[in-house]
Order: sequence, then C-alpha cells, then structure tokens
Amino acid sequence: MKVVLRNPRRELELPAPRTVEALLRELGVVPESVLVIRNDTLVTRDERLDDEDVVEIRPVVSGGAT
Amino acid sequence: MKCRRCREQAVIDVRRHNAAFCGPCFLHHCREQVRRAIDDFEMIRPGERVLVAVSGGKDSLGLWDLLRELGYDADGLYVGLGIGDYSDTSGRHAREFAHERGMKLIEVDLPTDHGFDIPDGSRAAHRAPCSACGLSKRHVFNETALAHGYDVLATGHNLDDEAAVLFGNVLHWETGYLGRQHPVLPATPGFARKVKPLIRLGERELAAYCVLRGIDYVVEECPMATGNRHLGYKEALNAIEERSPGTKASFLFGFLERGHHRFAGDAVDEREALRACSRCGAPTPGDARGGDALCAFCRLRARATGSGHR
Repeated sequence: MKVVLRNPRRELELPAPRTVEALLRELGVVPESVLVIRNDTLVTRDERLDDEDVVEIRPVVSGGAT
Repeated sequence: MKCRRCREQAVIDVRRHNAAFCGPCFLHHCREQVRRAIDDFEMIRPGERVLVAVSGGKDSLGLWDLLRELGYDADGLYVGLGIGDYSDTSGRHAREFAHERGMKLIEVDLPTDHGFDIPDGSRAAHRAPCSACGLSKRHVFNETALAHGYDVLATGHNLDDEAAVLFGNVLHWETGYLGRQHPVLPATPGFARKVKPLIRLGERELAAYCVLRGIDYVVEECPMATGNRHLGYKEALNAIEERSPGTKASFLFGFLERGHHRFAGDAVDEREALRACSRCGAPTPGDARGGDALCAFCRLRARATGSGHR
C-alpha cells in the first residue's frame, strides 16, 4: 500500500495487510496526534489496510502559544 | 468499530468518550459539544453578533462552520501575518471558505496596515515569533471586534490548546495567566468579550470534522512555530492521553471547576491597574518606569518599524 505522510510531504510503499493501529505503531506515530484517511475516507484504528489502498496519515497537532 | 449512536460503520473513534461515530453522528456530536460549551459557560446570547478569528486552519474554519450550523450570526476576521508562502496559503483557504459559503470575511494585513510582518517584527523586537504573533493577533482581534461593533469575539482554541496552555502555566506557576485562563473573558472597558466555543473538542476531532464537512483547510504547520514549547507540551500530553484516555479533559475541566477561582484574584488585580495606551487607546499596564503608556503591540510596532519608541 502507499502511505502518504505530511509536514513534509513524502510517500512510502509498505506491505499489507495490516491494521491502522499496527501501521501507526510501526511508524512510531501516536494515534491521538493524527487522522488516518484511506482512499479519501476516515478510518478507525481497528480497520484493515490492503495492498491497493492509498493511506494518508494527516497530523492534527498545530499552533503557536497564543 | 460501530457507531455508538446508530451502530453503522464508524469512521472516527473518540477514546476519551469511549466511543466511535459514523460520519453523520460525529457531526452531531461536534455540534452538541459546541452547543453545550456555549450554554454551560454562557458564551453567546441569542441575537448577538459574533466575530470569528480565522486563520485558514482546521480549528477556526471548523468553528466558523459550527457556529453558522448552530444558527449564530457569525462573520470572520483574517489577519495577514506576512509569513511568506504560509500566510499566502492560509489567507487563500480563509477567503475561499468565506466566498464559497457567501460569508463575510474582514481582513487586516499586518504589513499593509501596520508596517511590519512577524518574521522581521519578532527579530527587531527580540521576541520569539510565536510571542510576537500572539500579541499582534490578540490586539488586532480585539481592536477589530470593537471597531465593527461585534458583541463577542470567538477564537478556535480547542481542548488540546487549552490543556497545553494550562500545563505550561502550571509548570511555571504563572498565577496571573491561570487567573485569566477561562473559556469566557467578559467584556470590560477597552476589551471585547472573548469566548472559546471549541473547549470541549480536541484538535483531532476538529480535523475530522473538517474532513467530513469538506472544509479545505491549511494542513501545513506554521514554519515559525516548529519546535516551540507549546507543541512540546502537546506532545507530552498526547503521550499521556494515549495511555490514559480522558486525561487532558480531566486536567482542563478539573482546573476550571475546582482550581480557576483560586487564581482569579491575580487576574483582576492586573486588570484594575490598566490605563489607556497613549498611541492607540488600548488598555495596557504601560511602562512600569513611569514613561509613555504604550501598549505591548504599539511597542512591538515601534521597534519593528524603527519609529522611535523602545
């Protein structure tokens, strides 16, 4: 599957199947800090990702100290 | 996972509520959280005009959308900060959001209207960029809300923002800031009422709300905020939240219910000592050495533009 990361934008090819949770664990990403979007649709952490999926891991943490 | 309300396939889990939601039920959840925050803290009264400070990011555009969905008379205010491509992109998102929905967006541009941008201004004034940016935005938000006769100024500060600010204020025992940290700051002479209707929603929920509502927001982080202390606090709190869901909400709402009143006196004392800025008229503690009472924004602008005041 293709995995798209942001800030900076980059792409990875990773083997499937695996769950969203397992993917985030392998990448060292805290689930609370991202959304996972598969083929333009939000998915929960128990969803299984397959070879043909395009998966965006979108960071949600933002902001200056204002 | 199944949606807690309707048992359809869920698209987002919210662990602090031990719940997951399908798209329509999640949008209902977000509206209910904002409605409850507004009601619980008496933020906005029926018929009042609201000015929403929008940056082009998920929180502020999500807030504007949510307030309109809930029936409020809400216009937007975008402040151009002059942070290169980032500001260009942010402004475009804010303008397109407003244009597509036929909503009124007021714009103030720091370089055009005040003669400086955040990168140069923060260097000239020897302030951290986020400090100069926050100071400038707070000043322009308040000034614009008063000048245009809005009843209330709403900002997109969410649960994560407020928990991180509280964390920092507690770590450094900033008692004056703790006394002022509240979802509603009432109007006082020279200050518009300020409210934070997103206090019951985390930033992950705001991002999901925007995706589900088709709101095109700027995903890129401000280049000047990278690695700042506030983001470090958020990272630490998210690591705790992952092990103990609900900790951020418990920390923040526990403070508001049981801790805030202990520090409120410090904030009142500071506000009572304010006088009018000799340049713009905004309330300010002024210069402790007894000189001109310039507010912090006018001092920043003077240093940034080399117009004489130090």
